[in-house]
Amino acid sequence: MADDKSVPGDLLAPASDAPPPSRRELFLRFLIVGMQGFGGVLPFARRMLVEQRRWVSEREFIEVLSLSQFLPGPNIVNVSIIVGSRFRGASGAVAAVLGLMLMPFLIVLALAALYAQFAAIEAVRGATNGVSAAATGLVIATAIKMAQPLKGVAWQIAMGILTFVAIGLLRVPLLWALAVLAPLSIAIAWRIRQ
Amino acid sequence: MNLPLLADLAQQFGLLSFLAIGGVNALIPEIHRRVVENAHWLTDTDFAQAFAIAQAAPGPNLLIVSLIGWKVDGFLGALVCTVAICAPSSALTFAVAHVWDRFRDAPLRKAIQYGLAPVTVGLVLASGFILARTVDQSAVAVGLTVATVVLALATRLHPLWMLAAGAAVGVLIAV
Repeated sequence: MADDKSVPGDLLAPASDAPPPSRRELFLRFLIVGMQGFGGVLPFARRMLVEQRRWVSEREFIEVLSLSQFLPGPNIVNVSIIVGSRFRGASGAVAAVLGLMLMPFLIVLALAALYAQFAAIEAVRGATNGVSAAATGLVIATAIKMAQPLKGVAWQIAMGILTFVAIGLLRVPLLWALAVLAPLSIAIAWRIRQ
Repeated sequence: MNLPLLADLAQQFGLLSFLAIGGVNALIPEIHRRVVENAHWLTDTDFAQAFAIAQAAPGPNLLIVSLIGWKVDGFLGALVCTVAICAPSSALTFAVAHVWDRFRDAPLRKAIQYGLAPVTVGLVLASGFILARTVDQSAVAVGLTVATVVLALATRLHPLWMLAAGAAVGVLIAV
Protein backbone atom coordinates (compact mmCIF):
# COMPACT_ATOMS: atom_id res chain seq x y z
CA MET A 1 0.00 0.00 0.00
CA ALA A 2 3.08 2.20 -0.18
CA ASP A 3 2.20 3.97 -3.38
CA ASP A 4 -1.46 3.75 -4.11
CA LYS A 5 -1.75 5.80 -7.25
CA SER A 6 -4.84 4.12 -8.56
CA VAL A 7 -8.01 6.13 -8.77
CA PRO A 8 -10.55 4.64 -6.38
CA GLY A 9 -13.28 2.87 -8.22
CA ASP A 10 -11.54 2.57 -11.54
CA LEU A 11 -12.44 -1.09 -11.50
CA LEU A 12 -11.40 -2.04 -14.98
CA ALA A 13 -8.19 -0.05 -15.20
CA PRO A 14 -5.14 -2.20 -14.45
CA ALA A 15 -3.06 -1.04 -11.48
CA SER A 16 -0.23 1.17 -12.67
CA ASP A 17 2.73 -0.70 -11.22
CA ALA A 18 1.77 -4.34 -11.66
CA PRO A 19 2.33 -6.10 -14.99
CA PRO A 20 -1.02 -7.47 -16.22
CA PRO A 21 -1.27 -11.20 -15.53
CA SER A 22 -1.80 -13.63 -18.40
CA ARG A 23 -4.92 -15.79 -18.66
CA ARG A 24 -2.83 -18.74 -17.58
CA GLU A 25 -1.65 -16.89 -14.49
CA LEU A 26 -5.19 -15.79 -13.63
CA PHE A 27 -6.31 -19.40 -13.93
CA LEU A 28 -3.47 -20.76 -11.80
CA ARG A 29 -3.63 -18.14 -9.04
CA PHE A 30 -7.38 -18.55 -8.64
CA LEU A 31 -6.91 -22.32 -8.74
CA ILE A 32 -4.74 -22.06 -5.64
CA VAL A 33 -7.17 -19.69 -3.95
CA GLY A 34 -10.03 -22.12 -4.60
CA MET A 35 -8.18 -24.98 -2.92
CA GLN A 36 -7.28 -22.92 0.15
CA GLY A 37 -10.65 -21.56 0.99
CA PHE A 38 -11.98 -23.65 3.82
CA GLY A 39 -14.96 -21.94 5.42
CA GLY A 40 -14.83 -18.90 3.16
CA VAL A 41 -12.64 -18.17 0.16
CA LEU A 42 -12.67 -14.38 0.38
CA PRO A 43 -9.82 -13.91 2.90
CA PHE A 44 -7.57 -16.05 0.72
CA ALA A 45 -8.58 -14.19 -2.43
CA ARG A 46 -7.81 -10.88 -0.71
CA ARG A 47 -4.40 -12.08 0.37
CA MET A 48 -3.50 -13.30 -3.12
CA LEU A 49 -4.85 -10.24 -4.96
CA VAL A 50 -3.75 -7.48 -2.59
CA GLU A 51 -0.75 -8.76 -0.64
CA GLN A 52 0.94 -11.40 -2.77
CA ARG A 53 0.28 -10.52 -6.44
CA ARG A 54 -0.62 -6.85 -5.92
CA TRP A 55 -3.03 -7.05 -8.81
CA VAL A 56 -5.37 -4.67 -6.96
CA SER A 57 -4.83 -2.23 -4.11
CA GLU A 58 -6.53 -2.62 -0.73
CA ARG A 59 -8.93 0.13 -1.66
CA GLU A 60 -9.77 -1.34 -5.05
CA PHE A 61 -10.39 -4.69 -3.42
CA ILE A 62 -13.02 -3.11 -1.17
CA GLU A 63 -14.59 -1.52 -4.26
CA VAL A 64 -14.58 -4.82 -6.12
CA LEU A 65 -16.03 -6.59 -3.10
CA SER A 66 -18.80 -4.09 -2.55
CA LEU A 67 -19.82 -4.38 -6.20
CA SER A 68 -19.71 -8.17 -5.86
CA GLN A 69 -21.96 -8.09 -2.82
CA PHE A 70 -24.33 -5.68 -4.50
CA LEU A 71 -24.89 -8.01 -7.46
CA PRO A 72 -26.51 -11.46 -7.28
CA GLY A 73 -24.32 -14.55 -7.24
CA PRO A 74 -21.58 -15.87 -5.01
CA ASN A 75 -19.35 -12.94 -3.97
CA ILE A 76 -16.10 -14.75 -4.64
CA VAL A 77 -17.23 -15.77 -8.13
CA ASN A 78 -18.11 -12.14 -8.88
CA VAL A 79 -14.71 -11.00 -7.56
CA SER A 80 -12.95 -13.43 -9.91
CA ILE A 81 -15.08 -12.23 -12.83
CA ILE A 82 -14.28 -8.56 -12.18
CA VAL A 83 -10.55 -9.14 -11.65
CA GLY A 84 -10.26 -11.47 -14.66
CA SER A 85 -12.11 -9.11 -16.99
CA ARG A 86 -10.11 -6.15 -15.74
CA PHE A 87 -6.87 -7.64 -17.05
CA ARG A 88 -7.92 -9.87 -19.95
CA GLY A 89 -11.53 -9.10 -20.82
CA ALA A 90 -14.13 -11.84 -21.17
CA SER A 91 -11.59 -14.63 -21.63
CA GLY A 92 -9.73 -13.45 -18.52
CA ALA A 93 -12.97 -13.60 -16.54
CA VAL A 94 -13.59 -17.15 -17.77
CA ALA A 95 -10.00 -18.19 -16.93
CA ALA A 96 -10.30 -16.78 -13.39
CA VAL A 97 -13.67 -18.33 -12.61
CA LEU A 98 -12.68 -21.72 -14.07
CA GLY A 99 -9.54 -21.66 -11.95
CA LEU A 100 -11.53 -20.78 -8.86
CA MET A 101 -14.17 -23.47 -9.33
CA LEU A 102 -12.28 -26.42 -10.82
CA MET A 103 -10.67 -27.99 -7.75
CA PRO A 104 -13.50 -27.34 -5.24
CA PHE A 105 -15.93 -28.87 -7.76
CA LEU A 106 -13.83 -32.03 -8.20
CA ILE A 107 -13.04 -32.30 -4.48
CA VAL A 108 -16.67 -31.98 -3.40
CA LEU A 109 -17.73 -34.68 -5.88
CA ALA A 110 -14.92 -36.93 -4.63
CA LEU A 111 -16.11 -36.35 -1.05
CA ALA A 112 -19.68 -37.17 -2.05
CA ALA A 113 -18.53 -40.38 -3.74
CA LEU A 114 -16.50 -41.32 -0.67
CA TYR A 115 -19.44 -40.56 1.57
CA ALA A 116 -21.73 -42.77 -0.51
CA GLN A 117 -19.17 -45.56 -0.12
CA PHE A 118 -18.93 -45.30 3.66
CA ALA A 119 -22.33 -43.92 4.66
CA ALA A 120 -23.22 -47.25 6.25
CA ILE A 121 -20.57 -46.72 8.93
CA GLU A 122 -22.13 -45.08 11.94
CA ALA A 123 -19.12 -42.87 12.71
CA VAL A 124 -19.22 -41.42 9.18
CA ARG A 125 -22.90 -40.59 9.50
CA GLY A 126 -22.29 -39.12 12.94
CA ALA A 127 -19.45 -36.95 11.68
CA THR A 128 -21.57 -35.69 8.78
CA ASN A 129 -24.48 -34.86 11.06
CA GLY A 130 -22.11 -33.09 13.44
CA VAL A 131 -20.62 -31.04 10.61
CA SER A 132 -24.03 -30.00 9.30
CA ALA A 133 -25.20 -29.00 12.81
CA ALA A 134 -22.08 -26.86 13.31
CA ALA A 135 -22.31 -25.42 9.78
CA THR A 136 -25.92 -24.45 10.48
CA GLY A 137 -24.64 -22.53 13.50
CA LEU A 138 -22.17 -20.73 11.22
CA VAL A 139 -24.98 -19.62 8.89
CA ILE A 140 -27.03 -18.31 11.83
CA ALA A 141 -23.97 -16.50 13.22
CA THR A 142 -23.37 -14.93 9.79
CA ALA A 143 -26.93 -13.63 9.73
CA ILE A 144 -26.53 -12.14 13.22
CA LYS A 145 -23.25 -10.46 12.23
CA MET A 146 -24.81 -9.10 9.04
CA ALA A 147 -27.67 -7.68 11.10
CA GLN A 148 -25.37 -5.51 13.24
CA PRO A 149 -25.33 -2.48 10.87
CA LEU A 150 -29.15 -2.48 10.91
CA LYS A 151 -29.26 -1.82 14.65
CA GLY A 152 -31.51 1.06 15.57
CA VAL A 153 -32.90 1.55 12.05
CA ALA A 154 -36.54 0.62 12.57
CA TRP A 155 -37.59 0.23 8.93
CA GLN A 156 -34.57 -1.93 8.13
CA ILE A 157 -35.27 -4.20 11.10
CA ALA A 158 -38.89 -4.45 9.99
CA MET A 159 -37.87 -5.36 6.42
CA GLY A 160 -35.45 -7.98 7.74
CA ILE A 161 -38.16 -9.57 9.90
CA LEU A 162 -40.68 -9.40 7.07
CA THR A 163 -38.26 -11.19 4.74
CA PHE A 164 -37.51 -13.83 7.37
CA VAL A 165 -41.22 -14.50 7.98
CA ALA A 166 -42.04 -14.63 4.25
CA ILE A 167 -39.21 -16.99 3.30
CA GLY A 168 -38.51 -18.92 6.51
CA LEU A 169 -41.98 -19.34 7.99
CA LEU A 170 -44.53 -18.81 5.21
CA ARG A 171 -42.28 -20.43 2.56
CA VAL A 172 -43.26 -17.91 -0.10
CA PRO A 173 -41.41 -18.59 -3.39
CA LEU A 174 -38.28 -16.43 -3.45
CA LEU A 175 -39.07 -14.84 -6.80
CA TRP A 176 -42.42 -13.46 -5.58
CA ALA A 177 -41.06 -12.46 -2.18
CA LEU A 178 -38.18 -10.55 -3.76
CA ALA A 179 -40.44 -9.02 -6.43
CA VAL A 180 -42.40 -7.36 -3.60
CA LEU A 181 -39.86 -6.91 -0.80
CA ALA A 182 -36.84 -5.67 -2.78
CA PRO A 183 -38.57 -2.74 -4.56
CA LEU A 184 -40.46 -1.88 -1.36
CA SER A 185 -37.29 -1.79 0.70
CA ILE A 186 -35.39 0.17 -1.97
CA ALA A 187 -38.27 2.67 -2.21
CA ILE A 188 -38.19 3.23 1.57
CA ALA A 189 -34.41 3.68 1.47
CA TRP A 190 -34.81 6.13 -1.41
CA ARG A 191 -37.45 8.23 0.38
CA ILE A 192 -35.52 8.31 3.64
CA ARG A 193 -32.28 9.38 1.99
CA GLN A 194 -33.91 12.19 0.02
CA MET B 1 -28.07 -38.73 -20.08
CA ASN B 2 -31.46 -37.31 -19.28
CA LEU B 3 -31.85 -34.17 -21.38
CA PRO B 4 -35.23 -32.93 -20.11
CA LEU B 5 -34.03 -33.35 -16.52
CA LEU B 6 -30.77 -31.52 -17.23
CA ALA B 7 -32.69 -28.72 -18.93
CA ASP B 8 -34.98 -28.48 -15.91
CA LEU B 9 -31.98 -28.27 -13.55
CA ALA B 10 -30.32 -25.64 -15.75
CA GLN B 11 -33.48 -23.55 -15.91
CA GLN B 12 -34.21 -23.73 -12.16
CA PHE B 13 -30.69 -22.93 -10.96
CA GLY B 14 -30.17 -20.42 -13.77
CA LEU B 15 -33.12 -18.43 -12.43
CA LEU B 16 -31.87 -18.77 -8.84
CA SER B 17 -28.51 -17.35 -9.94
CA PHE B 18 -30.21 -14.00 -10.58
CA LEU B 19 -31.99 -14.15 -7.21
CA ALA B 20 -28.85 -14.91 -5.18
CA ILE B 21 -28.48 -11.54 -3.51
CA GLY B 22 -26.23 -12.20 -0.55
CA GLY B 23 -24.78 -15.31 -2.17
CA VAL B 24 -25.89 -18.92 -2.25
CA ASN B 25 -26.37 -19.11 1.52
CA ALA B 26 -29.35 -16.81 1.10
CA LEU B 27 -30.84 -19.26 -1.42
CA ILE B 28 -30.98 -22.28 0.91
CA PRO B 29 -34.70 -21.96 1.75
CA GLU B 30 -35.64 -21.61 -1.93
CA ILE B 31 -33.39 -24.47 -3.00
CA HIS B 32 -34.89 -26.65 -0.24
CA ARG B 33 -38.40 -25.64 -1.31
CA ARG B 34 -37.70 -26.56 -4.93
CA VAL B 35 -35.62 -29.72 -4.71
CA VAL B 36 -37.03 -31.29 -1.51
CA GLU B 37 -40.58 -30.02 -1.10
CA ASN B 38 -41.64 -29.61 -4.75
CA ALA B 39 -39.56 -31.86 -7.00
CA HIS B 40 -38.72 -34.53 -4.36
CA TRP B 41 -35.31 -34.92 -5.97
CA LEU B 42 -33.75 -35.12 -2.51
CA THR B 43 -35.00 -36.13 0.93
CA ASP B 44 -34.39 -33.95 3.97
CA THR B 45 -31.55 -36.31 4.91
CA ASP B 46 -29.98 -36.03 1.44
CA PHE B 47 -30.21 -32.26 1.69
CA ALA B 48 -28.57 -32.15 5.12
CA GLN B 49 -25.79 -34.45 3.88
CA ALA B 50 -25.19 -32.35 0.76
CA PHE B 51 -24.99 -29.25 2.95
CA ALA B 52 -22.49 -30.91 5.31
CA ILE B 53 -20.25 -32.24 2.52
CA ALA B 54 -20.30 -28.88 0.71
CA GLN B 55 -19.28 -27.14 3.93
CA ALA B 56 -16.51 -29.65 4.59
CA ALA B 57 -14.98 -29.11 1.13
CA PRO B 58 -12.77 -26.14 0.30
CA GLY B 59 -14.16 -23.51 -2.02
CA PRO B 60 -17.21 -21.28 -2.40
CA ASN B 61 -20.40 -22.25 -0.58
CA LEU B 62 -22.23 -22.74 -3.87
CA LEU B 63 -20.97 -26.34 -3.88
CA ILE B 64 -24.22 -27.55 -2.31
CA VAL B 65 -25.73 -26.85 -5.73
CA SER B 66 -23.10 -29.08 -7.39
CA LEU B 67 -23.99 -31.88 -4.97
CA ILE B 68 -27.70 -31.54 -5.63
CA GLY B 69 -26.94 -31.88 -9.35
CA TRP B 70 -24.78 -34.93 -8.59
CA LYS B 71 -27.57 -36.52 -6.60
CA VAL B 72 -30.17 -35.86 -9.31
CA ASP B 73 -28.20 -36.82 -12.43
CA GLY B 74 -24.60 -37.74 -11.65
CA PHE B 75 -21.55 -35.91 -12.97
CA LEU B 76 -23.40 -34.13 -15.78
CA GLY B 77 -26.08 -33.00 -13.35
CA ALA B 78 -23.39 -31.57 -11.08
CA LEU B 79 -21.73 -29.79 -14.00
CA VAL B 80 -25.00 -28.36 -15.33
CA CYS B 81 -26.13 -27.12 -11.90
CA THR B 82 -22.75 -25.54 -11.12
CA VAL B 83 -22.59 -23.70 -14.44
CA ALA B 84 -26.25 -22.68 -14.12
CA ILE B 85 -25.81 -21.15 -10.66
CA CYS B 86 -22.65 -19.26 -11.76
CA ALA B 87 -23.12 -18.19 -15.36
CA PRO B 88 -26.13 -15.81 -15.30
CA SER B 89 -24.95 -13.80 -12.29
CA SER B 90 -21.40 -13.79 -13.68
CA ALA B 91 -22.58 -12.42 -17.03
CA LEU B 92 -24.48 -9.72 -15.17
CA THR B 93 -21.41 -8.88 -13.07
CA PHE B 94 -19.29 -8.73 -16.21
CA ALA B 95 -21.72 -6.31 -17.83
CA VAL B 96 -22.20 -4.13 -14.75
CA ALA B 97 -18.47 -3.90 -13.97
CA HIS B 98 -18.09 -2.04 -17.26
CA VAL B 99 -20.64 0.64 -16.47
CA TRP B 100 -20.21 0.69 -12.68
CA ASP B 101 -18.12 3.87 -12.52
CA ARG B 102 -20.89 5.94 -14.00
CA PHE B 103 -23.27 4.90 -11.21
CA ARG B 104 -20.75 5.20 -8.41
CA ASP B 105 -22.38 8.09 -6.61
CA ALA B 106 -25.85 7.77 -8.05
CA PRO B 107 -28.42 8.08 -5.24
CA LEU B 108 -30.35 5.16 -6.68
CA ARG B 109 -27.30 2.92 -6.24
CA LYS B 110 -27.11 3.87 -2.58
CA ALA B 111 -30.84 3.34 -2.11
CA ILE B 112 -30.53 -0.12 -3.68
CA GLN B 113 -27.64 -0.96 -1.36
CA TYR B 114 -29.43 0.25 1.80
CA GLY B 115 -32.69 -1.29 0.70
CA LEU B 116 -31.31 -4.73 -0.09
CA ALA B 117 -29.21 -4.99 3.09
CA PRO B 118 -32.08 -5.90 5.47
CA VAL B 119 -33.68 -8.20 2.87
CA THR B 120 -30.38 -10.09 2.61
CA VAL B 121 -30.16 -10.41 6.39
CA GLY B 122 -33.70 -11.78 6.47
CA LEU B 123 -32.81 -14.29 3.75
CA VAL B 124 -29.70 -15.59 5.48
CA LEU B 125 -31.55 -15.84 8.80
CA ALA B 126 -34.30 -17.80 7.04
CA SER B 127 -31.55 -20.08 5.67
CA GLY B 128 -30.29 -20.71 9.20
CA PHE B 129 -33.83 -21.47 10.33
CA ILE B 130 -34.60 -23.89 7.48
CA LEU B 131 -31.23 -25.60 7.96
CA ALA B 132 -31.77 -25.95 11.71
CA ARG B 133 -35.18 -27.47 11.08
CA THR B 134 -33.70 -29.91 8.57
CA VAL B 135 -30.45 -30.73 10.35
CA ASP B 136 -31.07 -30.52 14.09
CA GLN B 137 -32.92 -33.77 14.67
CA SER B 138 -31.48 -34.50 18.14
CA ALA B 139 -30.66 -32.64 21.33
CA VAL B 140 -26.94 -33.07 20.64
CA ALA B 141 -27.32 -31.53 17.18
CA VAL B 142 -29.26 -28.58 18.59
CA GLY B 143 -26.52 -28.13 21.21
CA LEU B 144 -23.85 -28.19 18.50
CA THR B 145 -25.65 -25.54 16.47
CA VAL B 146 -26.14 -23.28 19.48
CA ALA B 147 -22.54 -23.75 20.63
CA THR B 148 -21.27 -22.86 17.14
CA VAL B 149 -23.39 -19.70 17.02
CA VAL B 150 -21.95 -18.61 20.38
CA LEU B 151 -18.36 -19.47 19.43
CA ALA B 152 -18.61 -17.77 16.04
CA LEU B 153 -19.96 -14.58 17.61
CA ALA B 154 -17.76 -14.48 20.71
CA THR B 155 -14.39 -15.68 19.37
CA ARG B 156 -12.20 -15.26 16.29
CA LEU B 157 -11.79 -19.00 15.95
CA HIS B 158 -11.47 -20.19 12.34
CA PRO B 159 -14.75 -21.78 11.14
CA LEU B 160 -12.92 -24.92 10.13
CA TRP B 161 -12.20 -25.71 13.80
CA MET B 162 -15.88 -25.52 14.60
CA LEU B 163 -16.73 -27.88 11.74
CA ALA B 164 -13.98 -30.24 12.98
CA ALA B 165 -15.37 -30.06 16.51
CA GLY B 166 -18.82 -30.83 15.11
CA ALA B 167 -17.44 -33.88 13.31
CA ALA B 168 -15.63 -35.06 16.48
CA VAL B 169 -18.76 -34.72 18.63
CA GLY B 170 -20.74 -36.46 15.90
CA VAL B 171 -18.37 -39.44 15.94
CA LEU B 172 -18.21 -39.70 19.74
CA ILE B 173 -21.90 -39.25 20.43
CA ALA B 174 -24.21 -40.45 17.68
CA VAL B 175 -25.94 -37.23 16.65
